[in-house]
Amino acid sequence: MKRIYVNEKWCLGCHLCEYECAFANSGLDDIVKALKGKPVYPRVTVEDCGEVHFAVNCRHCSDAVCVRSCISGALSKGDDGVVRIDREKCVGCLTCVLVCPYGAVMPAPDGHAAMKCQLCTDNGFGEPNCVKHCPNNAIVFEERAEVRA
Amino acid sequence: MKYVIIGNSAAGVSAVEGIRSADAAGEIVVISEERFPVYGRPLISYYLLGATDRSRMNYRPEDFYEKMGVRLMLGERAERIDVSAKEVVLKSGARVGYDKLLVATGSRPFDPPMEGLGEVKQKFHFMSMQDALDLEKALSVRKRALIVGAGLIGLKCLEGILGRVKSVTVVDMAGHILPSILDDAGAAIVQRELEAKGVRFCLSDSVKKFEQGTAHLAGGGSIPFDLLVVAVGVRPNVELVREAGGEVARGIVTDDHLRTSLPDVFAAGDCTESDDVSSGARKILALLPNATQQGFAAGVNMAGGDSAFGSAIPLNAIGFFGSHVLTAGSYTGESYTEADGDRYRRFFVQDGVLKGFILVNAPERAGIYTSLVRNRTPLAGLDTARLEAAPVLAAFPASVREAMLSREV
Repeated sequence: MKRIYVNEKWCLGCHLCEYECAFANSGLDDIVKALKGKPVYPRVTVEDCGEVHFAVNCRHCSDAVCVRSCISGALSKGDDGVVRIDREKCVGCLTCVLVCPYGAVMPAPDGHAAMKCQLCTDNGFGEPNCVKHCPNNAIVFEERAEVRA
Repeated sequence: MKYVIIGNSAAGVSAVEGIRSADAAGEIVVISEERFPVYGRPLISYYLLGATDRSRMNYRPEDFYEKMGVRLMLGERAERIDVSAKEVVLKSGARVGYDKLLVATGSRPFDPPMEGLGEVKQKFHFMSMQDALDLEKALSVRKRALIVGAGLIGLKCLEGILGRVKSVTVVDMAGHILPSILDDAGAAIVQRELEAKGVRFCLSDSVKKFEQGTAHLAGGGSIPFDLLVVAVGVRPNVELVREAGGEVARGIVTDDHLRTSLPDVFAAGDCTESDDVSSGARKILALLPNATQQGFAAGVNMAGGDSAFGSAIPLNAIGFFGSHVLTAGSYTGESYTEADGDRYRRFFVQDGVLKGFILVNAPERAGIYTSLVRNRTPLAGLDTARLEAAPVLAAFPASVREAMLSREV
């Protein structure tokens, strides 16, 4: 499946992906209306470490420990490989936050659920908005299964 | 091939998925004493709280059993395993033959010896959907609730019922709440938060005697109550395996492929013991993530595959009215503590690895710490100053990070 991959050498640390993620998942069609003067709750996290910067998204693990650990059955891995969370079923216990080795599942701002990257399959954008707007190709959305072999 | 699974909760359902990942055709029978399709068992407190409802508690989609080709036998109790005939004997007397059997019978609450307990009319446990439904019927804003046990089950029950009764008092022999997962300082924060909601705690104390709606405590106090929840602990359901001659210690003993000592009999979930890799000790880790991983591996192995599960550790995510307590691993070795108001973090380091941690109201990205515990990652290769400040992947060498973020995982 296509996943988001990181090339940290090219990441400028601009955090634009975080804003584009928050916008894509805001339900609004105007980025200014969606973000201006509001706290931003992205599902991608940019880490800054001196000169090194990189973005962390859900890895959509082949054997996802968050799915196996979810107490409500809210997390599932679709036939398309995307790990999704059903907000209606989620009770916000944060077991998934406790087990994700990448720190890529986070408490949702309303405090009643967790949230995570679903590769923009859940918001009408169709493909990852963070990748689309990365100015330096520091994150890409592509097939890399061959690297496994 | 005919597979029989006793138990229809997290481990049993995960075993169905494990079997089907390796065998699309074999016959699968699931036997369950409970009368419900699989539900998220830990959700019963959220149900009483109103944070979920019956329709959203289904742990798997409604068509799960049909799609998986499972014959579901609900309301049937397995009484005995006839190992020589390879049959499960039901309470009804019927026999269900198997080629491969999984025992995923979970655990049951136990009542400590307390004088007068048998005469308490409104007495409840809090382990199952039926327990929650029974308790719900008894809830009333005119009633005073008494919970014996300030552990995970007792306090989640407390969260569920607090808004639906007149008052709640919790009694526990331990000196602080959540004794299995918290230290004094962490527990004090959670206790303070719950007391602010009106909960009364009687700690380092126990009920000596129940008498006509009053609990007399060993410490001399007495608590009038209308309904009682007993949540002092659970016992693994090991009898089926023990009586069939299988090896049982505190829980059912299995190898890392979830095989019991009985031929073609596997076991998974809260009825079993696991190797806790954070302490090196063998113990019952009655945790849903452990049950699902054991169950899945058991299913794969029942279907002829080769799946070891050897990375069990204690893990708990619990919270009350918006607070969050995340813990993992074992609390041994040197500790590093950081306390700031209601936020509390404590880490335990021994032999150069992170053994365990307690995070109170500091949940962000905790899984990065958990994977260090689970993988016994040597801290020597990491930027520990960064890790102490926050769980970040920047603490790892670039090559490790590249494997995490630039390859399929």
